[in-house]
Amino acid sequence: MASFLNALPGAVAQGLIWGVMAIGLFITYKLLDIADLTVDGSFCTGGAVCVMLILAGWNVWLAMLMACIAGMLAGLATGIFHTRCGIPAILSGILTQLGLWSVNLAIMAMKANQALNVNNYKLLVSLRYLQDVQKGARPFYMHPLFTVGVFTLVIVAILYWFFGTELGASIRATGANGNMARAQGINTDRNKVLGLMLSNGIVALSGALLSQYQSFSDINMGRGAIVIGLAAIIIGESLFNRIFHNFGLRLIAISIGAIIYYIVIQAVISLFEINSNYLKLISALIVAVFLAIPYWREKYGKKPARAQKEVPHA
Amino acid sequence: MLKIEHISKTFNAGTVNEKQALCDLSLELREGDFVTVIGGNGAGKSTMLNCVAGVFGVESGRILIDGVDVTHLPEYKRAKYIGRVFQDPMMGTAATMQIEENLALAARRGQHRTLRPGITKQERDAYREQLKILDLGLEDRLTTKVGLLSGGQRQALTLLMATLKQPKLLLLDEHTAALDPKTAAKVLDATERIVQKSGLTTMMITHNMRDAIAHGNRLVMMYDGRIVVDVSGEEKKRLTVEQLLSLFSQASGSDEVDDKLVLS
Repeated sequence: MASFLNALPGAVAQGLIWGVMAIGLFITYKLLDIADLTVDGSFCTGGAVCVMLILAGWNVWLAMLMACIAGMLAGLATGIFHTRCGIPAILSGILTQLGLWSVNLAIMAMKANQALNVNNYKLLVSLRYLQDVQKGARPFYMHPLFTVGVFTLVIVAILYWFFGTELGASIRATGANGNMARAQGINTDRNKVLGLMLSNGIVALSGALLSQYQSFSDINMGRGAIVIGLAAIIIGESLFNRIFHNFGLRLIAISIGAIIYYIVIQAVISLFEINSNYLKLISALIVAVFLAIPYWREKYGKKPARAQKEVPHA
Repeated sequence: MLKIEHISKTFNAGTVNEKQALCDLSLELREGDFVTVIGGNGAGKSTMLNCVAGVFGVESGRILIDGVDVTHLPEYKRAKYIGRVFQDPMMGTAATMQIEENLALAARRGQHRTLRPGITKQERDAYREQLKILDLGLEDRLTTKVGLLSGGQRQALTLLMATLKQPKLLLLDEHTAALDPKTAAKVLDATERIVQKSGLTTMMITHNMRDAIAHGNRLVMMYDGRIVVDVSGEEKKRLTVEQLLSLFSQASGSDEVDDKLVLS
């Protein structure tokens, strides 16, 4: 139990960072209705670009901006495969993800990982800062929970604004009903590409945050990202969908979902002393169950009460 | 307003399922024309409408709207000129978005979508007024998700959306076919009011001969990818279902009348 409590702040911080990734995934998975597997690659791209540029002496904010742009380019590639080449969305994402493996290695100077010494560079977040704040060696606002928390709120605020604009609303319409969108003069292909770019840009930012936090980038750091992202979305939505209807609050619910996911995982590791090699299997099973629950409920359970609240016929 | 010049469309060309849906079809609509289109299953009615709307391209011929050649414009660009209501009530609206959001999307049809707010306070007030025309009580439910509405309500909303920004051409593809008779009558009634109010150039496909006769100033009958009957003016006003049936058997060269036409 003690080890679990000790690990808790770190788990929450990691959850927050992955929560940014899940918010990016939300754009494609929920708004565009595309399961975008690009993210497994673009998450690592973000981390790799960020680490390499910081090592090259770049300012951390500029490095993160470039990481974001690199992620958007990955999204652009998937978007072009999907809309210009007619490849199904899921396969387009897999193709980009596969290609990104080589790209990510190339970014990291053909090494599988690149270390970032926290003593030599000014970073935005770091596990070290977390420990330092706890020891009182650094001010509270350098605590990763604070920095990533503020970062998340800024991203949520920007997305909240953007999806309320004419362009943002047209992207939501593209995902909600492509026929309707085209009939209203919306270029659905272009919007899908835009959505994929925006999503992967945010995912790459999350990767940039994680690489700083853990002080290295690794070719495998994005593996299974989509599963973690889906877990966060599903946990967040199922816990808060009755109380959070506002778009901004829904995004925050996803961030909370990611935190809960990491706390649960940490609890499983610490309390049951499970070999951490089984984590991916446990994650996959948890997400599978959560995805299956709505289907089972529909198939075997009673009709949900909401369907009967249907308005009388016109 | 609309000029269709010798268009042809074949589905599954070069396969055993090859089907010529439109065969050298020409049709011209003057401004303010309200044309009803009838014909049996597979006559090419929907194909014609979809070709005009740009859902798919044509093999030959040209389509002009108000003098603009739109033959090679993609669907979303043609939407600038065209308002559409589909047969399937699910197709014309975004279920997961609110009534006012759907209307705001439609109000910007054919415009460049910018980073300005997707909906403004003034718009909301205007939408409330316009929803009153439908007489379905939707004016008090602006923020309701469209997915919670009935088929008839959604169809009426789609109709309002199609005409919110005045189109040069309104295309109605059997938009009451999926509704129960009472709701269908109500939606058709709203259609008539909206079309009359702005004098919209309209093309309405229907399976119901009575509706085809009762509405519009011109009636077109299709058979096998061609227009076989075209009546307008006084002649159309005096038309009866019996006459229409005999016109149909003459034109198609057989008295084998499509079941669905007789039934309706």
